[in-house]
Amino acid sequence: MTMRLPNFEYVAPATVDEAARLLSDPGRSSLIVGGGTDLFPKIKRRQAAPTTLVSLSGVDEMRGVRFDSAGNCVIGASTLLADLAVSHQVPPVMAIAAASIASPQIRNTATVGGNLCLDTRCNYIDMPETWREASGHCLKDGGEVCWVAPRGNRCWAINSSDLAPVAVALEGSVRLTSVHGERLIPVEDLYHDDGIACHTKSFEEILVELLLPSGGTRATYRKLRRRGSIDFPLLGVAASARFDEAGTCVSARMVIGAAAPAPVRATEAEEFLIGRQFTDEVIGEAAGIASGPVRPQDNTDTGSRYRKWMVPVLVGRALSDLVADDG
Amino acid sequence: MAEQVISLQVNGAEHRILTADHRTLLEVLREDMAMVGTKHGCDLGECGACTVLLDGRPVLACLVLAVQVDGRTITTIEGMAEDGTPHPLQTAFSEKGAAQCGYCTPAMLLTARALLDEVQAPDPDDIRQALAGNLCRCTGYNKIIEAVEAVAGAQD
Repeated sequence: MTMRLPNFEYVAPATVDEAARLLSDPGRSSLIVGGGTDLFPKIKRRQAAPTTLVSLSGVDEMRGVRFDSAGNCVIGASTLLADLAVSHQVPPVMAIAAASIASPQIRNTATVGGNLCLDTRCNYIDMPETWREASGHCLKDGGEVCWVAPRGNRCWAINSSDLAPVAVALEGSVRLTSVHGERLIPVEDLYHDDGIACHTKSFEEILVELLLPSGGTRATYRKLRRRGSIDFPLLGVAASARFDEAGTCVSARMVIGAAAPAPVRATEAEEFLIGRQFTDEVIGEAAGIASGPVRPQDNTDTGSRYRKWMVPVLVGRALSDLVADDG
Repeated sequence: MAEQVISLQVNGAEHRILTADHRTLLEVLREDMAMVGTKHGCDLGECGACTVLLDGRPVLACLVLAVQVDGRTITTIEGMAEDGTPHPLQTAFSEKGAAQCGYCTPAMLLTARALLDEVQAPDPDDIRQALAGNLCRCTGYNKIIEAVEAVAGAQD
């Protein structure tokens, strides 16, 4: 079946300022496009209908990795995932997460900003228009019922970004720019626990760069999926920790991805880990604490019970990574 | 309807094309340039059948707008053989039985070529990683990997 894109205008400004101006133009209904590997399938399925696409691929200042005066690793939002995956400048866990995304072809097109701003996904919304019409439009599709949880009144579509949980675990922040100014926010504040209003960024704001603080953190990312390639995560666990010389944990972050409309921090488990050494018993107990509040829905590949069952398994593996000799 | 004149360097030849902004590179190659070797598969970036090389790197022609690649260099399967002589990968695919229905084959060949152009002596794991975005429903992949290995070994 050919799924053609509908008519739209494509503009590729050379600067962030020009892109911001185009996005705020009231005469257009614009969307930002990075690589387009998430957006074009959405438009083909008629989940979005922009009059204008504002491409960021012509903005040279948004590409590549640098370090700022504070020692932050600054990753331009238009950096290709393929380049991130082989970068020696970024934290290794970031490169590992990038290398796990989609397929080689998609990583040659998709961008860091695009992955951080992925729209939420669900078995019901990510269907062709005719299918959605026949089954009745879901909440995210302008209907009145969430077919995943029909008795509720909210959308459960999941955040499937692999970079987001890692960026949160690394205490990263993102710089957002619009005609109204600029703001720097923690990555975790970019997301909102609602499948429809899933980002706190306004449509006028451009995610310009990702900043990762340097230093002293061990970090890892574990991803669950059916195949070793192409698939979105069915679950992702990013974890980071700092240890003192005796091997006692002094700070920890644990972030569960692909289980809810936003990456979710396991704050209770993080607190439990502080002051402890990562023995098998401690890891097992932390995995139980972390998985308690996680409630995967039946809205992606495999059943929700399987994904729930795998939460403590993945958390345990991630925590073990942090104390492995080569961690 | 928004339209632009773009220039594409396809298989070594310069083309100037008038196209609507919303048309994919796949549509322009197949429908405007009659280069139907690039296959139309899932149209959603999941199968890899429409792979072409953009400045030497494999990308999906179904998820790239033609206007996005204005001024860039594109290699399709039609540009793989030189002066009527098949590329060594094409010969190896034929000899090893790496093609059955043939639908994934152009994309497999181009993706494998990009690997061999970049890595001097890829090991079997490199080959599997490089081809991880190309689905084949016939061969079971082994003969494809073997064909690429044979050429990789020969250029070692």
